[in-house]
Amino acid sequence: MTRYLVTLLAIALLMGCQTRATEPADALYQALGERPGIEAIVEDLLFRIVDDDRIAFQFRGIDAQQFIVGLSDQICELSGGPCQYTGKDMVTVHRGMAISDSQFNAVAEHLVLAMERHRVGTGAQNRLLALLVPMYPEIVRQ
Amino acid sequence: MTLRMRAILMAGLLLPAATLAEPGSRLWATGGVTTIEGSAGGGLVPWALLSSYASDEEWGGTLSLARAEVSDFTLSVTAAALTWRNRVELSVARQTLDLDDFSFALDDAFGLREDELVQDIFGAKVRMFGDVLYQPWGQWSLGVQHKRNRTFTVPEAIGARSANGTDVYLAGSKLFFAAFLERNVLLNLTLRGSKANQSGLLGFGGDGGNSYRAHVEASAGIFLDRRWLVGAEYRQKSDNLSFANEDDWWDLFVAWVPSRHLAVTAAWVNLGDVATQTDQRGLYLSLQGTF
Repeated sequence: MTRYLVTLLAIALLMGCQTRATEPADALYQALGERPGIEAIVEDLLFRIVDDDRIAFQFRGIDAQQFIVGLSDQICELSGGPCQYTGKDMVTVHRGMAISDSQFNAVAEHLVLAMERHRVGTGAQNRLLALLVPMYPEIVRQ
Repeated sequence: MTLRMRAILMAGLLLPAATLAEPGSRLWATGGVTTIEGSAGGGLVPWALLSSYASDEEWGGTLSLARAEVSDFTLSVTAAALTWRNRVELSVARQTLDLDDFSFALDDAFGLREDELVQDIFGAKVRMFGDVLYQPWGQWSLGVQHKRNRTFTVPEAIGARSANGTDVYLAGSKLFFAAFLERNVLLNLTLRGSKANQSGLLGFGGDGGNSYRAHVEASAGIFLDRRWLVGAEYRQKSDNLSFANEDDWWDLFVAWVPSRHLAVTAAWVNLGDVATQTDQRGLYLSLQGTF
């Protein structure tokens, strides 16, 4: 049984490497609908956030346009698109907000729902989340 | 349990699904499902995940019913769990093992007239550190399960030393995003110290050994999407009773989590030899409501 699991895991890792090697570097960017697709997702995300009592107060008074452009730049760059995020680093942006796990989870949920709404496939959703999750320690409890 | 009690429980289980608001902020399926021992996990193996969707500022709970029908036995489990701030999980479970034809064998061999074994399990689990989704080292929890047999006549007759026992376990769980065919993969490893025979339903300790043994338990699952998880579990066991062989357990499962309120799990379980009955295999079905 354990031997099967190890074999399965080894195959998983190998296949993971293979798909990365053969596809274009901006495959995820394409899957997200390029820059217009990403902006539509981020805009949808912001609508969901301001509608959610758990987190809306953390976004009160922000410049909506700046938020949409900034986060879209970030996602575009992370996903291999031709953009560069030039805003402040994540620690600076979230300093003093004391963001809880509940609030972080709420935003993650809305991002997934926004991607679903814009028909981003499960695989592309997962790959974007994999790129965003390492930012968790820079965002929560700052 | 009477039919009426079951009906009331079922209603209580489905009610939150129909009426209440979202039960907590943790992402879908990150509460796992309810194990046969009441702790959050898979079906047979407790995971480091805490029950419900309570995040760091919330509390939440689950109610669940499960049934496993293997070749010669039927196990029914009714369980409830409460989680505070994704830090502490408290659980209770009642297991009823219907002995079916084995009750005749017991009558022949020991003159015992019992047609079921009943065990209560009180569990506590603490998330020590980490987060299953967000930390590279995953989430690690420490848990105990205190188990009490309601009747000790059968376990005593077959050589068990004690009616009650306490399992201690350390569990680690980690979700790897887009790890296999761009799907998220959940891995769990649990190390358990236990004296239990068949999870305690046949008592604790025996003529073949009466000390704590370390058991390795593992699960691996892949999320087809955020609602469907398929995977396998393995649970190592002791063999303390000379009267019958005891095997390790394993299962293949599919869990459907259509919303935060409801989880349905089906599994193919292989319990091996149980109390002289060989090759106990069959279906497992569990229903969980979260509030």
